[in-house]
Amino acid sequence: MALLDKHKTIEKNATLLLVGTLLVVSIGGLVQITPLFYLENTIEKVEGMRPYSPLELAGRNIYIREGCYTCHSQMIRPFRDEVERYGHYSLAAESMYDHPFQWGSKRTGPDLARVGDRYSNEWHVQHLIEPRSVVPESVMPSYAFLKETPLAVNTISYDLTANRRVGVPYSDEMIASAEADIKAQADPNADTSGVLARYPKAKLGDFDGNPAALTEMDALVAYLQMLGTLVDFSTYDAAAGYR
Amino acid sequence: MKYAMETILLALAAFAALLGAAFAKDSQFGAHMWVLFFVLTASVIVLMRTSSYAPVDILAEDKSAYMDGPIRYGVIATVFWGVTGFLVGVIVAAQLAFPDLNIEPWLNFGRLRPLHTSAVIFAFGGNALIATSFYVVQRTSRARLFGGNLAWYVFWGYQLFIVMAATGYLLGITQSREYAEPEWYVDIFLTVVWVAYLIVFLGTILNRKEPHIYVANWFYLAFIVTIAMLHIVNNLAVPASFLGSKSYSLFSGVQDALTQWWYGHNAVGFFLTAGFLGMMYYFVPKQAERPVYSYRLSIIHFWSLIFLYIWAGPHHLHYTALPDWAQTLGMVFSIMLWMPSWGGMINGLMTLSGAWDKIRTDPIIRMMVVAIAFYGMSTFEGPMMSIKAVNSLSHYTEWTIGHVHSGALGWNGMITFGAIYFLVPRLWGRERLYSMRLVTWHFWLATLGIVVYAAVMWVAGISQGLMWREYDEQGFLVYSFAESVAAMVPYYIVRTIGGLMFLAGALVMAWNVYMTIRGHVRQEEPLPGAAPALQPAQ
Repeated sequence: MALLDKHKTIEKNATLLLVGTLLVVSIGGLVQITPLFYLENTIEKVEGMRPYSPLELAGRNIYIREGCYTCHSQMIRPFRDEVERYGHYSLAAESMYDHPFQWGSKRTGPDLARVGDRYSNEWHVQHLIEPRSVVPESVMPSYAFLKETPLAVNTISYDLTANRRVGVPYSDEMIASAEADIKAQADPNADTSGVLARYPKAKLGDFDGNPAALTEMDALVAYLQMLGTLVDFSTYDAAAGYR
Repeated sequence: MKYAMETILLALAAFAALLGAAFAKDSQFGAHMWVLFFVLTASVIVLMRTSSYAPVDILAEDKSAYMDGPIRYGVIATVFWGVTGFLVGVIVAAQLAFPDLNIEPWLNFGRLRPLHTSAVIFAFGGNALIATSFYVVQRTSRARLFGGNLAWYVFWGYQLFIVMAATGYLLGITQSREYAEPEWYVDIFLTVVWVAYLIVFLGTILNRKEPHIYVANWFYLAFIVTIAMLHIVNNLAVPASFLGSKSYSLFSGVQDALTQWWYGHNAVGFFLTAGFLGMMYYFVPKQAERPVYSYRLSIIHFWSLIFLYIWAGPHHLHYTALPDWAQTLGMVFSIMLWMPSWGGMINGLMTLSGAWDKIRTDPIIRMMVVAIAFYGMSTFEGPMMSIKAVNSLSHYTEWTIGHVHSGALGWNGMITFGAIYFLVPRLWGRERLYSMRLVTWHFWLATLGIVVYAAVMWVAGISQGLMWREYDEQGFLVYSFAESVAAMVPYYIVRTIGGLMFLAGALVMAWNVYMTIRGHVRQEEPLPGAAPALQPAQ
């Protein structure tokens, strides 16, 4: 074949080979990824989505730190069995503030996209301390140390600022009050009107069973308890998303 | 003084690490900087102890010969990280079967599992790729490695990246993006090392004394530049503080998911496939003493493989919130990818034309042939699993884990073992390996280990997928999720045994390599099956 004989030119010229390779490997990514940033119907408009509250964000960071994604997905597929087991299938909008996404790829444990409000705080704390005491079949490791570890709160405004830099709509007010909000959300005696105004539907009160201390357990349970609860599916209109 | 500049730079870096530890914004970053400080200080001490004050011209080595020092170190590092990665794999497998083996917080499954995947892919596979590419590019270009000590920087810089990534995971420093877990500062450091790697490799090609660039080098070059592109784009992130470990990825949700799997799938496509195909295109013909089967097929193989692979990422996101058009595109290209993959398999296997008898007599060739066979098997299984209907069952299950391991253990592991057995006697000037019988032992332990592993995970994954979607006649789900977890226990135990066999084989290899380097030759009966010497006709 004549075309293949012309290949000699490329294989005698390293620069040509390099440039040719770069061009060829760029095409797929450009065609698939770039449209996602400007095609409007990639992420449907949904009521209820808001940035994470400082306490939820801190909990999410613990979720990330512990590598929970290695066993838990956060992406319910639109199948009958998954919808019955876990709830309404996941919407693109529900992870629009997730830097990074945590959809996961493996279900050694169940999907957590809508685990919020399914169990009590006490159940979560007990389950994280000794999983097999509430689910005998579980193979999950124990995370008892979270209850003993104080939550680092003094740098939380940095986290909100960094999130704003990558596009999460945190306001100046949210960043300024981040440290107060992170404490107030887990304190049963605090004035939480500010937290609720800034972060509607945020779960309030003591999470880890120890109101005296703000621990990593508080943050992780606060995050788990809000997962998948922001969108109200009794009023969600799926057809409106079709375009 | 030899290494004067290097010693001073390392000492300054160690001091910077100490400052990082002192002013750290979070405790993980502080601990990580202490680790870095101790590693760099130890390196400074080692360098100072080995430095010599003799005039430079006496120390000058022969600059006309091939530079094999970093390759020798690379082979040893490959064996070391291989054994480490497989050992951590056995541990995490055992943790799933016996959860009490988790030791919180540092040795919990969630922190150890990225350590296992990174150790095998980036430490074992990466060292194998760097070492073999340096070996192959010099021999096929008839040129010494470009850049002098830059090759040493690539080797040691890469080891430092591995140590920082691994200790970071144990400390809880992770982006939780699969196969891209290291945090921003480790990523930046790797980028610098990787650019140096590209300079050494490309510089050597540009200095070549052969008119043609050999096909193995096309694959190595594509691997190096594409990994650079994927690594940089996928790890774009904004750190919360320049003295803290935490960063937030530039993209979110859907866009982040597709970018991550564009990266993740092509870590498979270019790190574990293109790079290792470079190995295949050099070491199989060398060991078989036969030319590559088809030159034209290798041209088609190369361009179609690198073009198609990059499209396949969305098959990791079937039925998710990713737009349907992207999913379908990913599926179609994944199925098309079957063709170049098998074209490459045929090109590798048919290289043995006229030398098939060596499968019986040469355990190293046998290893390479099984590697190519596993490559063919996993590149058939992959496109099959990317079909949406199949994926609806297989996704999220153990089947994926089995598929990954038939590729990683069967293809990447076996072709690397073959290359190591080829390289060690040559690099250390030994007549032959310490023992060919130990290679046979390694071959069988590894092959049986993979077969046990892949078969068990296949059954486990399909059972799991079927249990999740099983309905009774009244329309209720039959199994709770916890019941599907309980059903996995026997499979997890047998899988651990398969992994143990593979690890045992790697330990046999480590012993064989060690004894060969030490210059020992085991007195043993030759392997059966060798053709009897021809007798002259009477």
